[in-house]
Amino acid sequence: MNFVERTLSSLVNAMERALYAEELAKSDGLLQRLDPRVKVIGILTLVVASAVAHRLWVMGVIFAVAVTLAVMSRVPFGILAKRVWVAILMFTGVIALPAPFLVPGREVWRLPGLDWPVTAQGLASACYLVARVETAATLSVLLILCTPWSHVLKALRVLGVPVVFVVTLGMTYRYILLLLQTAHDMFESRRSRMVGKLEGPERRRVAASSAGVLMSKTLQLSGDVYSAMLSRGFRGEVYVLDDFQTSKIDWIMLAVFVVLASGGFYFGL
Amino acid sequence: MSVPVFEVQDVTFHYHIVTALDGLSLAIERGKRVALLGANGSGKSTLLHILDGLAFPEKGSVRFDGEPLTEGRLQDLEFGYQFRRRVGLVFQNPDVQLFSPTVFDEVAFGPLQLRWPKQEVRSQVGQMLDLMKITHLKDRSPHHLSTGEKKRVTLASVLVLDPEVLLLDEPTAALDPKSASQMIDFLVGWRGGVKTVITTTHNLDILEDIADYCYVFQTGRVVLEGAPSDVLRETALLERTNLIHVHRHVHPSGEVHSHPHLHPHKH
Repeated sequence: MNFVERTLSSLVNAMERALYAEELAKSDGLLQRLDPRVKVIGILTLVVASAVAHRLWVMGVIFAVAVTLAVMSRVPFGILAKRVWVAILMFTGVIALPAPFLVPGREVWRLPGLDWPVTAQGLASACYLVARVETAATLSVLLILCTPWSHVLKALRVLGVPVVFVVTLGMTYRYILLLLQTAHDMFESRRSRMVGKLEGPERRRVAASSAGVLMSKTLQLSGDVYSAMLSRGFRGEVYVLDDFQTSKIDWIMLAVFVVLASGGFYFGL
Repeated sequence: MSVPVFEVQDVTFHYHIVTALDGLSLAIERGKRVALLGANGSGKSTLLHILDGLAFPEKGSVRFDGEPLTEGRLQDLEFGYQFRRRVGLVFQNPDVQLFSPTVFDEVAFGPLQLRWPKQEVRSQVGQMLDLMKITHLKDRSPHHLSTGEKKRVTLASVLVLDPEVLLLDEPTAALDPKSASQMIDFLVGWRGGVKTVITTTHNLDILEDIADYCYVFQTGRVVLEGAPSDVLRETALLERTNLIHVHRHVHPSGEVHSHPHLHPHKH
């Protein structure tokens, strides 16, 4: 199994786990009990506060709030660590890696062997980037894990997000698993007809043609899924069985979110 | 004579350069069980999509219950809701029809879109799950079901709307013989057989069970129509349209014998 096939396999498993996450959204925790509109507004304001903050300790406080929310919502740390913290650290780390060497400023250390200077300002830039992304991603994943997807979409519509955006978001989620499964099946069927290894140029040619076929299938698939939705009366609006109702705890938590975000804006800017 | 439920007049449709329907005309009477027969690519699935208002002819016209079925007409909220309420399509590939997180949500999708009262949605979905014997699957993700279970969920998700016209695209495709037989038994008995049911198939074994009348398609045109018993007698044409094949076997004497392969049901 080569790198592409292993990646596809992992993506299929990850998406299947994401679908199972609906079970977590139905468990009995703090965020699960809140009205989806309150969650969307509250978490969005915290994400914005962390994105505009210019002080590390403010980002740290918002991150601590996110972790507290995770604990109170019974979200296993393992899920957050594996799906968010480690993954984000690796991706953002790669992007932030050159900053300590490239950003001019006060030299604090030299890289042994290469003798490249590491600056305090460069280190701070890298830390800001990683901290911002970790905090924003943790909050966003909490929202998704603790809210059924259809409720997130309905809340976005209630809050005035345009239909076309919500439909696109909904469609993406709906057929991404099928798309990954199709890609996975294509690679498996190719492997079942192969003996030995392909040479580099041939491998690239096969990969490129597979990508083309996959794109064509994707277009077909997205059209079919959309037709199936239209056939059952879909007109762009999102309807769910559960009615959104605010209770005392929703108003309290909304106030908490607003106070925290305001604090983030006040101290962070 | 009552107005046909669907009236298709001189309809032409292409997929890029491939002709799917070529000047097709037919009328489907209310309460009839109609089979559209044809090999793969003969245009029968395209016709179902046109009858369900998901595709629109390049040339010609389609009328539903006497009214033109056009893209503009379906944009009208009242007509659109009425049409979706009265006509249901079960797709050949269940995967494209299953996009909700749970089986219950999937079956509830249509009624919610048609703005049924929520209490009625809950009760009707519960009853439909019981009827299709899939209540035990209601909290499962549809993506993780077997093909037979997926087919049952897709059928439930359409039948819950209790449509007057049911369009079925290869309902027994990819099913094992027992599941296929159960599916046919269910469809034959559904609502006492008084609904209009239009089924595409190339499985002639089930023809007499599912249809009062058939159309045989070849390259986007109807080449034969009639009662199932009459159509099944036209073996030369069925062979030409790839619906039956020459079956060869060896006799104990060593003689190789061949004849068209057809197993109609006799009771």
